[in-house]
Parts: sequence; structure tokens; C-alpha cells
Amino acid sequence: MGTDPEVSRRSSTTGAREWPLWEVFVRSRRGLAHGHVGSLHAPDAQMALRNARDIYTRRQEGVSIWVVASAAITASSPEEKDAFFDPAGDKIYRHPTFYDIPEGVKHI
Amino acid sequence: MYGNDFTPPGSSETAAPATGQAGSRAFQALLDADGRIEPRDEMPDAYRKTLVRQIAQHAHSEIIGMQPEGNWITRAPSLRRKAILMAKVQDEAGHGLYLYTAAETLGADRADLLDALHTGRQKYSSIFNYPTLTWADIGAIGWLVDGAAITNQVPLCRCSYGPYARAMIRVCKEESFHQRQGFEILHTLSHGSEAQHAMAQDAVDRWWWPSLMMFGPKDTAATGGDPSSGHSAQSMAWGIKRFANDELRQRFVDMTVPQAEALGLDLPDPDLAWNEESGHYDFGEIDFTELFEVIKGNGPRNAERMEHRRRAHEDGAWAREAASAYAAKQQARRTSEVA
Repeated sequence: MGTDPEVSRRSSTTGAREWPLWEVFVRSRRGLAHGHVGSLHAPDAQMALRNARDIYTRRQEGVSIWVVASAAITASSPEEKDAFFDPAGDKIYRHPTFYDIPEGVKHI
Repeated sequence: MYGNDFTPPGSSETAAPATGQAGSRAFQALLDADGRIEPRDEMPDAYRKTLVRQIAQHAHSEIIGMQPEGNWITRAPSLRRKAILMAKVQDEAGHGLYLYTAAETLGADRADLLDALHTGRQKYSSIFNYPTLTWADIGAIGWLVDGAAITNQVPLCRCSYGPYARAMIRVCKEESFHQRQGFEILHTLSHGSEAQHAMAQDAVDRWWWPSLMMFGPKDTAATGGDPSSGHSAQSMAWGIKRFANDELRQRFVDMTVPQAEALGLDLPDPDLAWNEESGHYDFGEIDFTELFEVIKGNGPRNAERMEHRRRAHEDGAWAREAASAYAAKQQARRTSEVA
């Protein structure tokens, strides 16, 4: 656990030479969730939003944009992947296909 | 547009070692299953370095590629053509940005990459060192250069590195507009006056061979890679490169010859002929000495492109500083409001 190294490594360059990094999420149309589309550099959130519009929605790819400072994202670690996700692995009874239903029973 | 990832023979610019370190078993298992490597996965250093170099070179090519076309924005023959060309040049800037951020997921710093471009430590596609002499060149770039780029780039959408593959999916979607607008420009000129037809033919005559060179040097049969750089075979094994240079070049020629017929324009190659037996078009020998001269910096426009790029970066400094100053002021204002 911790700050995503992908993100922290990149946002460590927020010195005079480089603006901070922002992750961009776009809702492609109403009824769908925002999805991650990429990232960009910008001096502040407002500029990040405007740049995101120009970079990621030049062809009406979205109806709504979120920008999130990359440094603000906390992510699970790939090294812990097995330990982190294993608890779900042996609980196959959480899936409907685990259960035997007699022949001919409908709507279940 | 497209970044060529190959170096002249004997170049000091180091290619990745042909046999990289073994890497972790998880990395190899992912490659074997045709899975995707994501930024935080373990990966061999040579894989990371190869990707950073290739993606950066590709990104540089996108933004340098804005110059030969931007050259014609003020002289586009109609408002419609001007609006289209501006949209295309804006796309190239966007492609550069997708790619720089993909390179940054590997730990590269965009400012460092730009430095490497500005100081000549990293290259961009040699195709942009040719001049755009007439309006027809804008058509030929779209049809041939972007056409060759698409042929090269579609396989990159399945590249083993996730962020690069995702960037390439966006790029490829947008490139097909670029190719069609170029084809349309040439079609209009070719079916216009005699002078317009001649202008279209002249542009195709000048851009055909450089476009074929965009696929890189000839492959050697043994390695499936090109003999000059040595990293082609390794890139294949890593799933960064999917097809050999010659295979992609042939695919491009086979697609393009019938399109030239539809345009009513000739391709400047007396050896170009349909080969019934192979089911492909045969074409003449490519003069790669020219390609390597251009890569080394001896092309018609190398110095001009670099000078313009550096000047644009320096001239834009005040805008970047103003944006930073404004952001700092707003931040300070918010902080004092809270206090």
C-alpha cells in the first residue's frame, strides 16, 4: 500500500521545470461511469481541466471530465497482488454458478 | 505520424542489447500469455529503456511533424482546407502529449525528454526533414506518410506495454482522418487543371521513396530484425514490435498501389509490378544511404526543424511562467482565505 510509485515518481518532477501531473477521467456518455483516459501536466486544476478537454475530447469523446492530482491517488501494489486479492479466490460460492439447480426450474 | 526506431549502421546511439537480462518470471509469464505489462510491474531494465527511447522518439516525431504541415496553414487554398489542416496539426500535438505521458509512466521526465530532443540526443522521424514545397505536399503527407504511419502503428495497438498500446489506439483512430484528408486533397488536384495535376504528381514523386523508408532498413531473414540496429529481434521477443520491417512495407505497397490508380497518379518506380505468383506488388530497390544521411542530420531540413523547435519552446516560456504564477497566486489567495 502507499502512493502509487507510477504516480509519485512522475509527480516528483513538480519543480520549476515541470507542472504537476493530473490523471484524467472522462464520462463518455450519460449513464456510464467516468473512466481513466490518461494524464497531463498543468499548473492548476482549472488549466488541467481545459487541457484535458483539448487533449482527450477533441471528437466529443466525453460529456464530463474529472481531473485528479496524480499525487493524491493511493493504489494497491502489484507485489502484494496475490496476498491482496487472494481472500476472494477461494470463495467461489459468491458466484451464482456455484449452485446446482434442478432441471426445469425457471427464472432463477 | 510516426517515429522511426532505428539508427544508422555504426551509430554511437546505443541500441538495446540484443539479449536483455532474463527479467523476472512474472514478466516472462505475462509476455508468454500475450498479457500486458503495466507501469508498476517488474520489468527488465533493457525493456524499460527500449520503450522510453522508442516512445520518446515517437512523441518527438509527432511534435516535429507539426512543422512541415503548419507551414501551409496560412496558405491553405480555402477556409475549409485551412480548418481541416489546423485540426490535423492540433491532433499531432495531442499525439505527442499522449506519448510523452506514456513515456512518463516508465519513470521518464517530460522536461528531460524535451531536453534530449533539443540537444539532439534523441531523434525524431527522418521523414520530417523533407520540405513541403507546394500545397500538394500536404496531400502527399496525409496519404503516404500518414498511410505508412498507420501501417506501422496499428500493430503497436497490441504492444505488450499497456500505456503505449492505449495511446496508440487513440492515435490510430485519429490518423485515419489524416490519411483520408490527404487522399482527398490529391484527388481534387489530380482531377483539376493540368497544372494542379502536375503539382499532385510532383508531390507524390518526392514523397513516395521517403515514405517507403519510414519502415526502416531491410530485415535479415535470420533474425526477423534489421541488421543495422540489432534491437529489432529483441523488440519482437518483447512484444513491442509485432511484424518485420519488410512485411509492413509490403503491406503498405499492396494497399497503396490501387489507391494511386484511383487518384490517377503514378508512383515513381519503374519496377513496380503485380506479381501473380507471390500475390504482392514487386517494387524497386530502396536507396537506404539517403535514409541514413537524413537520420545523421544531413537531410534538407534537419537544422531548420531543430532551430524552430527550440525557438518555439523558448518563445513559449513566458506563457508557461505566467500560468505557474497565476496558479501560485490563486493558491496563496485560497490559503489566506482559510486563515
